[in-house]
Amino acid sequence: MDELNSLFQGFAVAMTLPNLGFMLLGLVLGILIGVLPGLGGANGVAILLPLTFSMNPTSAIIMLSCIYWGALFGGAITSILFNIPGEPWSVATTFDGFPLAQQGRAAEALTAAFTSSFVGAFFAVLAITFLAPLLAKFALEFGPPEFFAVQMLTFCSFIGMSKDPPMKTLAAMMLGFALAAVGMDTVTGQLRMTFGYPELLKGFDFLIAVIGLFGIGEILLTMEEGLAFKGKSAKISFKVVWNTWRELLQYWRTFIRSVLIGCWMGITPGGATPASFMGYGMARRAAKDKESFGRGNVEGVVAPETAAHAAGTSALLPMLTLGIPGSPTAAVLLGGLLIWGLQPGPLLFVEQKDFVWGLIASMYLGNLVGLFVVLTTVPWWAAILRIPFPVIAPVIIVICAIGAYTVHSSIFDVIMMLVFGVLGYLFKKLRYPMAPLVLALVLGDMAESSFRQSMLLSQGDVGIFFGNWLVGGLMALAIFLLLVPAWGSFKDMLRRREASAHLG
Amino acid sequence: MSDQEQGAGLNRRIPEAGVAALLLAVGGIVIMDSLRVGIEWADDGPKAGYFPFFIGILLAFSAGWTLLLTLLGWSRETKLFSQWSELRDVAAMLVPTTVFIVAVPFLGLYVPGAVLIGYFMKRHGDFGWIATILTALCVPVTFFLIFERWFLVPLAKGPIEAWLGF
Repeated sequence: MDELNSLFQGFAVAMTLPNLGFMLLGLVLGILIGVLPGLGGANGVAILLPLTFSMNPTSAIIMLSCIYWGALFGGAITSILFNIPGEPWSVATTFDGFPLAQQGRAAEALTAAFTSSFVGAFFAVLAITFLAPLLAKFALEFGPPEFFAVQMLTFCSFIGMSKDPPMKTLAAMMLGFALAAVGMDTVTGQLRMTFGYPELLKGFDFLIAVIGLFGIGEILLTMEEGLAFKGKSAKISFKVVWNTWRELLQYWRTFIRSVLIGCWMGITPGGATPASFMGYGMARRAAKDKESFGRGNVEGVVAPETAAHAAGTSALLPMLTLGIPGSPTAAVLLGGLLIWGLQPGPLLFVEQKDFVWGLIASMYLGNLVGLFVVLTTVPWWAAILRIPFPVIAPVIIVICAIGAYTVHSSIFDVIMMLVFGVLGYLFKKLRYPMAPLVLALVLGDMAESSFRQSMLLSQGDVGIFFGNWLVGGLMALAIFLLLVPAWGSFKDMLRRREASAHLG
Repeated sequence: MSDQEQGAGLNRRIPEAGVAALLLAVGGIVIMDSLRVGIEWADDGPKAGYFPFFIGILLAFSAGWTLLLTLLGWSRETKLFSQWSELRDVAAMLVPTTVFIVAVPFLGLYVPGAVLIGYFMKRHGDFGWIATILTALCVPVTFFLIFERWFLVPLAKGPIEAWLGF
């Protein structure tokens, strides 16, 4: 019951008037970011991060995490009303959401989406409340080899679970590690890969990479697709909300399934996007009337939204307890913690109780408040999307530039942002995943130091990673996840050979 | 997708090979620099190039793999990267953005920002002069109020702001 006590203390922290104000501000900004093209959860939080440098860490993380919830909610609005997924994880929501809007049932679809988001996030926060302290206590025993094994697990599961070609995933990840290594080596003090340029001394900041890759890159892609916003309008009345809620009760199985998928995908760094597709696919497979999916089935909105939010929220569990983010946005939040002088990891739960439980309590509140904010303000957000693209696009470019500049007040960073933007466009077109690049850039230094410390402990013997059951098990799991795609393609090859043998 | 049927464009293999070659080069640089700072052990533990060396090897290997596959399938590749018209749209965004960012070190963020917004509204939208100028001025002023006044985060300023006394 320790957790409940700490949680109530957390509520006391989160419920103060200024914190509630920051929560509301964060939610509104977040929904705005989610609605606008080119600004998403990760780069939105990255751009707004410098605004919080002067705040105390607890208020700052409450505001930032509320931006994140807001962005998750906002993505659903554009998918349903405009058939434009504002976020990658709301692509699956368009499948049934937009047909519903076309049939004049937009209000129903939006209510279902927001409610499912809330349910998904709520259960993920419950999981965090009770699992995080256990995991943190467990992780207190970790030494450098264990930490490196967990990091290895993160990166291997990226390669294994990614839908993109494994060699490209590996290349993107290694580019992240290489960029992270630029600058002064923290152990020996030697300069690496700076080639005499003083700008490179500090290395590459991942916030700049996030703003460029996701912000500028996304705008360039949107330009190419030639966007014309033609949307449905919607107003939500209390009666529709009530009726939809009653209808949603019958989908309890879908909710449970999607919550489980989402939590799993969030904790192991699969991320919200694959979770939403898996949630949708599973719901469709289990449904009696498969035909109605894709033509406006409320269940087809419920399943991906629940899974995406459960994943997005539970991605914060490994971030808080192990210092390993489960998604790019969680990585940005982790970067924030480091800037405020908090070291994420198991000790956070011992040393910064107020902070951790204030954050967890704010997740409950933020989601509940977010649900009401978004239900009541939908028409307003839909109106924002009617602002013509020639106005929105340059404004977003300027916002990205401001965001990149404010991180270190450095103009070199603004130029790097543009370089990362072009890279992001090319990567997206050529199917290089960006999340591993960002995570490697964030975790590069940590992974390197835990690897070097382990090597020091063992005097260069790699056997230390299989020294005991815990670290060996983690490494074995990592290698297993790494080999999953190889096994899949091997099976495909066998099947093809068998098929051709039958033909011949 | 249906890339093949509509219009001419840039074949996918060219940017594919280009990006892979770039990554291969980065991998090479990482390996060389790691060798420079030392990849072996010193008296007090591994040297600075110890870890990045492996990173460089893996980067060069994975990029080399993609490059090799692209080169081997060079004549069979029919997929388009983008149509020329789409690339023109991208350039319509990228070129003014580049000009904007090149101007930032000299003029600060506010004035080039206003010019970028104004240029876009005139060039790609059908807005009158009044609407264009009002929007182009209001957006930077709003940013000024939010960042410098409310959150006390200074942004890059140029000679014009200095002349105005900020």
